[in-house]
Amino acid sequence: MSTTLTIAGIVIKDLYRRKDFYVLFVLTALITLVMGSVNLFHDDHIVRYLKEMCLLLIWICSLVIAITTTARQIPMERESRTIFPLLAKPVTRTQVILGKFLGCWLACAITLLVFYLFFGVAAMSKEHQWPLANYFQAMTLHWIMLGVVVSMALVGSLVFSAASANTTICFVVVTFILLLGRHLDKVAMQVPQPASSALEALFFTIPHLEFFDLRDLVVHDWPPVRWLVCLKAIAYASAYAGFFLLAACLLFRRKALT
Amino acid sequence: MTDRNPITLGRPLAARKTHTAQYSLLLLLTICFCLATDLTTWFQNWRGNRAESGNLMAVAMGDARRLFANHFFVKADSYFHSGFYPSIYDNLQSYKTPHIAEDSGAMRGKNTGDETTFLGPSRNWIDRFGRQFFPSVHTHLTEGGANGEQKEAEVREILPWMKLSSDLDPKRVETYSVTAYWLRRMGKTDEAEDFLREGLRENPGNPQLLFDLGRLYSESKNDPVRARNLWEAGLSNLQTATEEQKEQNKFVTEQLLAALAKLEEQADHPGKALALLERLKAISPNPQAITEWINGLNQATNRNAVPVR
Repeated sequence: MSTTLTIAGIVIKDLYRRKDFYVLFVLTALITLVMGSVNLFHDDHIVRYLKEMCLLLIWICSLVIAITTTARQIPMERESRTIFPLLAKPVTRTQVILGKFLGCWLACAITLLVFYLFFGVAAMSKEHQWPLANYFQAMTLHWIMLGVVVSMALVGSLVFSAASANTTICFVVVTFILLLGRHLDKVAMQVPQPASSALEALFFTIPHLEFFDLRDLVVHDWPPVRWLVCLKAIAYASAYAGFFLLAACLLFRRKALT
Repeated sequence: MTDRNPITLGRPLAARKTHTAQYSLLLLLTICFCLATDLTTWFQNWRGNRAESGNLMAVAMGDARRLFANHFFVKADSYFHSGFYPSIYDNLQSYKTPHIAEDSGAMRGKNTGDETTFLGPSRNWIDRFGRQFFPSVHTHLTEGGANGEQKEAEVREILPWMKLSSDLDPKRVETYSVTAYWLRRMGKTDEAEDFLREGLRENPGNPQLLFDLGRLYSESKNDPVRARNLWEAGLSNLQTATEEQKEQNKFVTEQLLAALAKLEEQADHPGKALALLERLKAISPNPQAITEWINGLNQATNRNAVPVR
């Protein structure tokens, strides 16, 4: 466990050494503040558009950080040949994969914490309330969803030859799931066979990342989701993350590093 | 002894090349300068010059921005429902006309079916489970919003998208009408008037905007004289419209005639009111209601008439 944590620690240090996070955070803050300063019919209490924009930026930034950070981990180690001294130590390949996953996922947690803190302050400055349960649920489920994305990108980094290809494919897949995942079964009913069955199968196979998107509920001040439902969603995501992690471990075990 | 060092041997050639590059740069700069002096004059007179527009959207997107105007109009309607809104994959029959527009009277409603059940029964466990993570209950911001306890003033949340929609397509009249209606409902009469006047600057003499401005004067500012002038101006603008435009403006013609008839009725001018109602009856999709209105007006006129001795 300590080996895994050490590798994870290195990944986290890598996050704050690089400029990605700072740039994205400053950009998000800047856009949100500019949008918040717009005068709309002399009404200072209009806040939902600001919450929506800020949350959209947070989602985009978090996905960029999660996918790019994860996608470059293994290829970077191989290119710089640091993978060999790493594996020469008493570290198994499974520990390397778990360490990389944990590092990227915890890095996402730190990122989300900062982003959601900013979001909370920005929203509170306008609406003068702090729906802590809603924000906590939104952030937790967002982080859980990023766990699936990170594990998926980790598998991609072992399958695809270049980090750029992996990053692009991961973005396409995640965007597809978030935008269309919920509607695939409806589309399946409107197309002829065998496309219908293929879409239906795809609908039940893909990880439904849209479950973890509580933005609409937060923006429009809906009551929090029931905690039991949240726990079920976490279990659902854990199953997919576990599947991808296992696949990554198996692939990495058989992977020739030269 | 000859110098065979390759570095010193190449120096005169390299220097010549550097000079040629420098002269080329100078020449290109001169050409650019000359062309710029000529092109600037042409660009300033060019009709497609976006730089003169004060609108950031117009500068950034040109006419392509109009494609997105409807999207943000619908977005405002989605906000009115606190995010409970059909996607393109759902049954859209009950959302053909945005509810914010239908409620404001700016558009004739074409919605059919039940607006609360467009999601239908859940199709599978993923659908059933997923419905707990997005708004899946029908609500209106004017009726308590998402948690049923929000104030009616929360309807202000639709305004940013309406403003954006009007920025993207200033020729879209419905945006001004609907926004002005909701601003008036929130008690922001001055802002509503400013916004309608902004719309009239973009669409001079538009009958729908004149009708809305008249309504503002009649209902919010208690100024029937100005309201009558505006509505009459709207009607006269409609008379100069082509047949195709008249067909498109049928709804606003009905609204203008009905509003003027009501105003004349209140001002105790039954003759004028009856003339307007006869015109309204000819184009109304519900002539029966207008006939009842005419009969009521006739009865009231006969009752009030002083008997001749």
